[in-house]
Amino acid sequence: MNFEMSDDRRMLADTLRRALAEGYGFEHRTRVAYEPPFHDPGQWAALCELGLLYAFAGEDTGGMGGSGFDIAVVFEEIGRALCPEPVLPALMATKLMEAAGAPLDDMLSGAVRHAVAMGETDAPYDLAGIAARATKTTDGWALSGRKSVVYGAGVAERLLVLARDGDGLALFDVAASDAQIVPYGMIDGGPAGEVLLDGTPATRLDLDAETAAQDALDWAALALAAEALGAMKATFGLLTDYLATRRQFGQPIGAFQALQHRAVDLSIEIEQARSIVISGAAAMGGPAQSHRASQAKHLVGRIARQVAEEAIQMHGGIAMTWEYPVSHYAKRLVMIDHQFGDTDHHLERLIETLQAG
Amino acid sequence: MDLSYSPEERAFEAEVRAFLAEKLPPEIAATVQARKELTKGELERWHAILNEKGWLAGPWPKEFGGQGWGPVEAHIFEEECCRAGAPRIVPFGVRMLAPVLMKFGTAEQQAEFLPRILDGRDWWCQGYSEPGAGSDLASLRTKAERDGDAYVVNGQKTWTTLGQYANRIFCLVRTKAEGKPQEGISFLLVDLDTPGIEMRPIRLIEGGYEVNEVFFTDVRVPVANLVGAENEGWTIAKFLLGHERTNIAGVGFSLQALEQVKDLAHRVMRNGKPLIRNTLFAARLARVEAELEAMKITNLRMLARAAEGGRLTSEPSMLKITGTVIRQEINDLARRALGPAAAPFPSEELEGNLAIAPEGHARDAASYFNNRKISIYGGSNEIQRNILAKGLMQK
Repeated sequence: MNFEMSDDRRMLADTLRRALAEGYGFEHRTRVAYEPPFHDPGQWAALCELGLLYAFAGEDTGGMGGSGFDIAVVFEEIGRALCPEPVLPALMATKLMEAAGAPLDDMLSGAVRHAVAMGETDAPYDLAGIAARATKTTDGWALSGRKSVVYGAGVAERLLVLARDGDGLALFDVAASDAQIVPYGMIDGGPAGEVLLDGTPATRLDLDAETAAQDALDWAALALAAEALGAMKATFGLLTDYLATRRQFGQPIGAFQALQHRAVDLSIEIEQARSIVISGAAAMGGPAQSHRASQAKHLVGRIARQVAEEAIQMHGGIAMTWEYPVSHYAKRLVMIDHQFGDTDHHLERLIETLQAG
Repeated sequence: MDLSYSPEERAFEAEVRAFLAEKLPPEIAATVQARKELTKGELERWHAILNEKGWLAGPWPKEFGGQGWGPVEAHIFEEECCRAGAPRIVPFGVRMLAPVLMKFGTAEQQAEFLPRILDGRDWWCQGYSEPGAGSDLASLRTKAERDGDAYVVNGQKTWTTLGQYANRIFCLVRTKAEGKPQEGISFLLVDLDTPGIEMRPIRLIEGGYEVNEVFFTDVRVPVANLVGAENEGWTIAKFLLGHERTNIAGVGFSLQALEQVKDLAHRVMRNGKPLIRNTLFAARLARVEAELEAMKITNLRMLARAAEGGRLTSEPSMLKITGTVIRQEINDLARRALGPAAAPFPSEELEGNLAIAPEGHARDAASYFNNRKISIYGGSNEIQRNILAKGLMQK
């Protein structure tokens, strides 16, 4: 048994941590994350230059990683830096295109950006409720429907869209310029958009769309759990610093046992979060992948909210302000639970497995 | 045991309801229910409508222009206002400063300031907290030094809510450096037009602007604007914090917010069904609804005690904790119900054309983040627990 990171991954983490710390200083990050285009195209290019996206694919498909631990390492750093770049859509698109046997070169180099359009207003988290329709045309397919809150839409060149073709779910490649996209920023920063399809031309990808989509969702769950872990570690660091330095009633507030115990409770929960992320990362690609990914997203969904709320409360008013980083970490931590299944959604999946077994 | 209102109280309830149905402008109610910020003009308009009826300051004694409402009437008024989506009365003048002036002010101060609170000529804000004096308010350092017929004020206040709309501020200032910190504090009324005052906005977590920092540099305040005796400001501060606590639980806000979440849960879909049919979400709703019912009764028990002239000791602190936790839980359910639709940064443009979230719910996540403040301000829940612990251990 060995819980040490490999040297390669440690190097990846260190490199990424340095690049993100330099590229996303607090004031810079707060500006670019909330102003159109809601990220920093220059930094995105720099991260791609660094080879960030190659961590998402295996060597057999032209990448340099692709395992659960590669993804966990990258997203923990993304979370620590509150990086607003559309890195998650790139991961999901990589897994989908890999499943389709499509070439990944332009994707991994960052030359072509993808957004993955799955969720809809009436089917935010579940694949079964997807209603967007695909119809056959003379030279391909046409898509109609609305995809809601698509992360990275508006800054992507290509869209991977899930729609029904009459038989079941199918995955389509769409030029972003052919769809109507209404871009906007997120409450926790970063780009998203509404994707409106109305006879939009599309190319059908040759794969089992439902299986591939579930696989991409599992990767998203793991990545978001790891991102939350990084954000929680950073938040907790700010909290313990503040407890040690903020003085009231003639002593550091961290000298009050009531606050000490709550900080300790958070530290225990964050270790639980780390462990479930490790468990999820180890399970990727194996039979327990979906189950472990849901366990991670479920558990981290609850813990991230607790860390966010407690960090604000224990700081007091200062953490309610835009100028203090904890407020932005708290928003990210809470809003991660709104992406690709919240804590209850994943709990339901776990319950189904229990009851079926 | 009888949990119902008396016939007189029921008649009053009906009167308030009828008044709100007739006089509350629908566009103002819609803004409140969509959790959008009200403009200064809208708040002033609502104050004027209430003042015309004599209900802006219902709990004030009749001699000062109020109705002399008891705690139960004040409660009924609050509940009905929340139910109807009326704006909250801006509390700083009507509910905070006015009772202080009535108890500690001179006849001249009462005659000068109370009518101006009622008719809206004055908008007061509060200068209590400082960067170094939050929970430990008595450690405040903003200094007021006597110079002839004026105090010269230097220092900084913070978390001044809606200070951007105010023309006056009431402040706690230090007038004596020696002795216990509580013994050197005075209560001063300051005109915000006085030279040397600068107000700077503080942007909050969700992006909104409702609080400010206020900087004082050699600000000359007439000695006549001292309320109570010099160095007795702490007594006033404690009086103010202990006053008007019968609405501290915010039962009306929570009831209103819960109804909105229930409505939302019928409208949004999860796994092919309305969210309300989802057992996990319904369980969250049912749990908080039971908590709220219990708090409603705790609140009424406190009201009954207050109405009989009983002294409130631990109740306000208990209700502040329970009330804020329940309200925050309901806010959590609202954003949770929306799923991804909670995530866009709220803007008029998105609400108008795209309707990503159901109408009136585009700001639910912003509102959840903003309302993390309610367990921090007005004496954090940790400070309330200190008060309760002290009471427990003294028995």
